Amino acid sequence: MTTQNYGSKRVVTGAHYGLRDWLAQRVTAVLMALFTIALLVQLLFGAPMGYAKWQGIFSTQWMKLLTFVTIVALLYHVWVGIRDVLMDYVKHVGVKLALQVATIVWLVGCGGWAIQVLWRL
Amino acid sequence: MSDTIKQRPGPMRLVDATQYPLPPAAWVSILHRVSGIIMFMLLPFIIWLLDKSLESDVSYQFLADVFVGGIGAVPGWFFKLVVLALIWSYLHHFTAGLRHLWMDATHSVSKQFGRTSALVTLAVSLLLTAALGFKLFF
Repeated sequence: MTTQNYGSKRVVTGAHYGLRDWLAQRVTAVLMALFTIALLVQLLFGAPMGYAKWQGIFSTQWMKLLTFVTIVALLYHVWVGIRDVLMDYVKHVGVKLALQVATIVWLVGCGGWAIQVLWRL
Repeated sequence: MSDTIKQRPGPMRLVDATQYPLPPAAWVSILHRVSGIIMFMLLPFIIWLLDKSLESDVSYQFLADVFVGGIGAVPGWFFKLVVLALIWSYLHHFTAGLRHLWMDATHSVSKQFGRTSALVTLAVSLLLTAALGFKLFF
């Protein structure tokens, strides 16, 4: 009896998260690009640059929400990217796991700080 | 069969890549990783900039002064240099990312397109970095 390993019987262990992360990497990238464009348009038009203008840009509710979504997208994007780099260059399983955990801690910490900065306004 | 396997030099390591003349697409790919890692490691610095620039008009001015006079033993030009590294990283990562999206959306995967778009990516990111770097330093 030969084991069928395609279609509905495909063994999905291993790198089955590939397509999901490939797609997530692109969706999060597009979100960050949209944020970049939204920020650039506001910076280039209107009043000359200064604290009042800069603070004004980030204090509107829609910009806060867009920035928040961008921060979350960035955290996931960086996680996928750094994990890919670690998978490629770090062969030792223990070291790799430690670095992956450190990456998550680092990212969650940075995310918390960024969101605090945003909602303090 | 077994002879063929024995002759194989094993998996290619990162250092092995440096022994070949790399095509432009390889440079774009390697620099995509390098720029991503730079931004990842400098995340706290980026959030610190966001924090100080938004906190109050006093902290905004403090930040503006840091880029001229520095903090303590760290001179202002060093902060500008770090920001220039971030500017390049962002522009390269952004442009190389657009190249990926374009290739995915239009299935432009020919060897020639890979080469041309890689050269365009390098040119666009370096020219914009030069322009913004000029604005930053002068």
